[in-house]
Amino acid sequence: MKFSLSWLKDHLDTDAGAAAIADKLTGIGLEVESVEDAGAQLKDFVVGYVVSAEKHPNADKLKLCVVDTGTGSPVQVVCGAPNAHTGMKGVFARPGTVIPASGEVLKIGTIRGVESRGMLCSGRELLISDDHDGIIELADDAKVGEPASKALGLTDAVIDVAITPNRGDCTSVYGIARDLAAAGLGKLKTPPVKPVAGKFPCPKKIALNFTPESKSACPLFAGRVVRGVKNGPSPKWVRDRLKAIGLRPISALVDVSNLIAHDRGRPLHVYDADKLRGNVQARLAKDGERILALDGKTYILDSEMCVIADDVSVHDIGGIMGGEESGCCETTANVFIEAAYFDPVRIAATGRKLQLQSDARYRFERGVDPEFVVGGLELATRFILDWCGGEPSEIVVAGAIPPWRRAIRFSPATVKRLGGLDVPRDKIVRILTNLGFTVEGANPLQVIPPSWRGDIDGPADLVEEVVRIFGLEHVPSVPMSRPHAIARPVLTPAQKRARLVRRALAARGFNETISFTFIPRADAQLFGGGDDARQLENPIAADLDALRPSLLPSLLAAAECNIARGTSDLMLFEIGAAFDNGMPGGQQTVAAGLRVGQGLRSWTKSSHPADTFDAKADMLAVLEAAAGSPMTAPVKAGAAPWYHPGRSGTLALGPKVLARFGELHPKVLARFALKVPASAFEIFLEALPEPKSKGKTSFAPSPYQAVERDFAFVVEAKVTAEEIVRAVKSAERALIESVTVFDVYEGKGIPEGKKSLAVAVRLQPREKTLTDAEIDVVAQKIVAVVAKATGATLRS
Amino acid sequence: MAVAKLRDSTGFETGFPMSDIQVLERQIRDAIAGAADEAALESVRVSALGKKGAVSELLKTLGSMTPDERREKGALFNALRDRVAEAIAARKTVLEKEVLDARLAFERVDVTLPPRPQAAGTVHPVSQVLDEVTAIFADLGFAVAEGPDVEYDDYNFTKLNIPPDHPARQMHDTFYVAKQADGSRHVLRTHTSPVQVRTMLKQSPPIRIISPGRAYRVDSDATHSPMFHQFEGLVIDEVTHLGHLKWVLEEFCKAFFEVDAVEMRARPSFFPFTEPSVEWDLRCDRSGGQIKFGQGNDWLELAGSGMVHPRVLENCGIDPARYQGYAFGGGIDRLAMLKYAIPDIRSFFESDLRWLRHYGFAALDVPTLDGGLSG
Repeated sequence: MKFSLSWLKDHLDTDAGAAAIADKLTGIGLEVESVEDAGAQLKDFVVGYVVSAEKHPNADKLKLCVVDTGTGSPVQVVCGAPNAHTGMKGVFARPGTVIPASGEVLKIGTIRGVESRGMLCSGRELLISDDHDGIIELADDAKVGEPASKALGLTDAVIDVAITPNRGDCTSVYGIARDLAAAGLGKLKTPPVKPVAGKFPCPKKIALNFTPESKSACPLFAGRVVRGVKNGPSPKWVRDRLKAIGLRPISALVDVSNLIAHDRGRPLHVYDADKLRGNVQARLAKDGERILALDGKTYILDSEMCVIADDVSVHDIGGIMGGEESGCCETTANVFIEAAYFDPVRIAATGRKLQLQSDARYRFERGVDPEFVVGGLELATRFILDWCGGEPSEIVVAGAIPPWRRAIRFSPATVKRLGGLDVPRDKIVRILTNLGFTVEGANPLQVIPPSWRGDIDGPADLVEEVVRIFGLEHVPSVPMSRPHAIARPVLTPAQKRARLVRRALAARGFNETISFTFIPRADAQLFGGGDDARQLENPIAADLDALRPSLLPSLLAAAECNIARGTSDLMLFEIGAAFDNGMPGGQQTVAAGLRVGQGLRSWTKSSHPADTFDAKADMLAVLEAAAGSPMTAPVKAGAAPWYHPGRSGTLALGPKVLARFGELHPKVLARFALKVPASAFEIFLEALPEPKSKGKTSFAPSPYQAVERDFAFVVEAKVTAEEIVRAVKSAERALIESVTVFDVYEGKGIPEGKKSLAVAVRLQPREKTLTDAEIDVVAQKIVAVVAKATGATLRS
Repeated sequence: MAVAKLRDSTGFETGFPMSDIQVLERQIRDAIAGAADEAALESVRVSALGKKGAVSELLKTLGSMTPDERREKGALFNALRDRVAEAIAARKTVLEKEVLDARLAFERVDVTLPPRPQAAGTVHPVSQVLDEVTAIFADLGFAVAEGPDVEYDDYNFTKLNIPPDHPARQMHDTFYVAKQADGSRHVLRTHTSPVQVRTMLKQSPPIRIISPGRAYRVDSDATHSPMFHQFEGLVIDEVTHLGHLKWVLEEFCKAFFEVDAVEMRARPSFFPFTEPSVEWDLRCDRSGGQIKFGQGNDWLELAGSGMVHPRVLENCGIDPARYQGYAFGGGIDRLAMLKYAIPDIRSFFESDLRWLRHYGFAALDVPTLDGGLSG
C-alpha cells in the first residue's frame, strides 16, 4: 500500500515528517517497506522554456531547439521528439546530469553536425511513466529554471507500507491516518461525506437475485445514475496522487474509482449507463458465462462467482473487475455508479480460480467497511459532479448492511496474562476507544469493535490492539524455569542416529550436500519413481517436477556438476527424505553416499577406483555408527535396478531392507554422463533396529592366550564367503572369537569351477590355555562343519 | 689365526709363568680390538672362551693341581676369564652401535612428501547450525520434534487458522502434490508449523519443543530458495506470555551469535496462528561489510512469533481456557548466512564441492555450549 505524505496529511493533522511517521507506522504493525522521495531523485532537472524549435539542417526527424533554462543564456539542444515545439515548457537536463533510466551521465554531444548542450526528457527517461512517445510538456505556469519536480508534482515523499492480511481497514490512506491518530500521532481531520441530493428517480432498477444459500455473496447493492457528464482528464491533484503511488491516470470517470479505492478503501464501479441494457442485478454467474474484463482478457465464469449483470449479459466480476463493454470512455454521457458489499471468502475463491488480482479484490477479500457503502457512493457522486458536471439521480438500494456488531467479553487482566504487560485498566479502555471500539460494562468489559475492524473476534485480538498501541517495547523479558530437574535427551533415538551417521560419514571423508527434494521426472523414473502420484502440480521449474524416490539422483546430478567444474574424485552424501508416494508420511529418511572416480592420486600408489567394497565398507561403518555395534544382518547379492546387477548387495532383516550398496548400473552412469567408476550406498535409517540398550554390560578380558589357525578351503565358486564364515563360526561358538577372510583365489592349481577361500580363525579360551591336542580337535571340527555346510574340502 | 699362533709361542704344556698369562691376555685383547665385525668377534670368543679355547684350556689344567696350587691359580685363571668375557661384551656393544649407525645413516626419506591421502569430509553448514540451535534450545529445556515434508492441507493451513480462502494463503506460495488415487491433495509444507499441530494432537501440555526441518515455497532469488530450512518453537503451559517469549529469544540470540548482550525490537505483525503476533528485529552493525550484534544502528529481521491463537489450541484439542502458549519461527539457512558470511541462499543447495569445503565443518566439530558453539 503506497501513499504520499501530502495525501496522508489531507486526513491527518500532524507536524510529523516522513521519518517520524514511518517509525510510528512500523511501531504499530504497519510495516514500512520503503520511503521514497521522488523529488530528491530529480533535483538536478529544471523547467526549460523552448524559445524556438526549428528543423535540424541535416536531419528530417530531428529538431533544433533553443531552450531558456533560467540562467539568462539560452542553450541549443537537438531533440528527436515529435511534440517539441516553440513555446512549450519541458523538463531540461544539463550536461553532467545522471539520466535515471540509463544511469548514464549526459554529455555535450554533436548530433548530425550540430552541437547539443543538454536534453529535454521523456517520462520514461525520468522513470516516472512509461511514456516515450515524446517529451514531457509541463503546464504553462511552471517557473523556468525551478526544479522540475515541483512542476511534475513529485515533491512528496512516498511511503510504502506492507499491509498484513488482517488489516483490510488500512488498505486506504484514510484508514492509515485513522490508525496513526489512534496511536497519538496527529488528529484525524477528514470531513464527513455530505450526501448529494438526487434530482430525479434512478432510471435503472437494481435487484439482488440470489437463493437463500447464496445471498451472503452480496448482501447490499447501492447505485445511482448521473446524467449529462462530460468525461476528460481528472484534475491535476488527482492525477498527481495517482501518479505518486504508481497508478496511471486515465480519465475522470475511471480515476474516480481508483482514487476512492486508495483514499477510502472503498472499491466501486462506474458504468457507461447507455451501454447497460435494461436493469441491473447482482447474481451468481451461470456456468460458462463469459466476460471481457478491463484487463483485456476474457474470463469464463462459474456458478460460484458473483457478478453484476444487466438484462442481457455480465458487466462486472463482482468486487474484482469490471467489463470492457460497459466501461467509460471519452464519449460517455451518462453513468451508473455501483457500490456493493461482497463476501470476502467468495471474492477470494473467485479471484483464485480466475487467477485475477485487482485493487478491488485486494480490498474486498480483506474486508471493507460495511458501513461505508452508500458513503462511498455519495463521495463518488460528488467527485463526478465536480469534475464532469451532470445531474445525479436518487440513490437506489437493494439489500441491507450485513450485521457486523458483536460484543466481546474482555477482562483487562488478559493483557497481562497474554502480553506480559502491566497496562492500567483506564489506559486499556482509552486505547480501545481511540481505535473506534465501544467499551461498556465493568468486569468483564463488553467491547464492540468498529465496523471497519472485521478481523477482531476475540480477547486475544483485543490484547494485540492494546499492546501494539501501548508499545511492544514495554514488554519485559521474563526468565522461564527449566521444566525438568535432570536433563532428558532432547533428541529421539532416530534423530540421534541421523546425527551420528552424518558425523561418521564426514569422518570417512564424505562431503555433506543438501539437495532439492524435487528432481527431473526422467531421473526419478530411473530410480523407481516418476509416477503421477509423486508429481508436483506447480513446480518451480519444469524439470524440478517429481518428488525424488531416492537420494542417489540428487547425488549423481551433483557429481555431474562438479565433474563439469573440473573435480573428478568425489565423495558426497546426503541425509534426507526419499518419497515412496505422495501422501503425508510416505517418505523415508535415507542416508546415501556416492563415491566417484579413481580415488585420490598419490605417489604411494594407494588409490583405487571406487568399487563395491568401498560402498560396502562405507555402509557398514555407517550402520555401526548408527547402532553402536557392528551390524550382523546377512548380505544378499543384488540390489535395486539402478545398481550393477552382479556388483551390488542388499542388507535385510527378513523382508525389511536396511541398506543397499554397490556399483551403479551403466545406464544410470550414462544418464548422468559419468565416465568414471562410481559406487554408492543407501541406508534406510527408520528401518534400522533400535539400539538394544545404551548401557554397557560387564566384561573381563580372558587371561588365557588366544591362538590363530589358518584354513584354506576349496569350494564351488558359487559358495559365498559369508556362507563359509557362518559355517566356521557355528563349529565352536564359545571358543571362536573371529573369522577373517584373508585370501580368495581361482585359477591354476584349483579345479575349474571352484575357488580357494582362506580364513584365519581366532580361538579365545576363557577357562584355561588350550593344548595342541585340544586345538587339533577344534580344527577338525571346523573342517567337518564347513564341509557339511558348503561341500568344502581342505586345500592340500 | 691369532689364537693358534698364541698356542704355538706360549707352550701351554710347559708351565705357566705369570708373564705368560699376561701375554696371553694381551694377545686376546688385541684380537678383540682387531675384530672388525660381529662374526670376527665371535671367532675370537670361541678361540678364547669356547670349549677348546685358550682360556678354557687353562681352566682345565686346574683339575690336576694340588689344592693349594688350585686355589692360587684358580683365582688368577677365573679373573682372566671374566676380564676376557667383559672385553668381548664391550667390543660387541661398540660393533652393534657401528652397524646401527651405518644403517641409520643410509635409511632416509623425504619427509616433505605428502602422506597417503585421506579425503577430508565436511558437515553442511545447515546441519551444523541445526546442531547449534538444538544445543541452545536443549539447554532451555526444549525437545526436538519432526514431521513429514508432504503434509495435509489441514495441518499446514486449516488447523493453523488459515481456512481455504483466507488471503493469508497467498503469503505462502504453496507447492501442491498431484491429486492422489484416493482423491486427496497434499502440499509440500510451507513452514514447519504442522509439526506443532502434530505435537499438540498427540501430547498434552506442558509442551516445549522446537521443530526444525525443510520447508517449501514457490519462490527463488538471492534470499529465497524454493526449499529452505526453518526452525520453530512452541511452548504451551498455564503461565506463558510475551515476556517469556522475549526472554527465550534473547537467550537464543546471545548463545547463537556468541555475544554477551543483544538488543531486540518488537513489531506488531500478523500470522493467522498467533494473536497477538510479533516480529522481532535484532540490533546490529553492518558497517565495514561485517555484521555485529548488540551494537550499531541497523536492524535485522530475526523471527516471527506470537501467542498461539486460541482457535489453533482448540483445533488441536487443547483447552484455551486453561492453557496458552507462544510460538516462534526463524530460518536456519538465514542464521547460517548471517553467522558464517554466506551471501546467497541458493548456493546452499548447489553441492559445489569448493563451496562445501569452504563453508563445511569438520566431522568432530560438534557444537557444544561448554566448548563455545562455533569452536
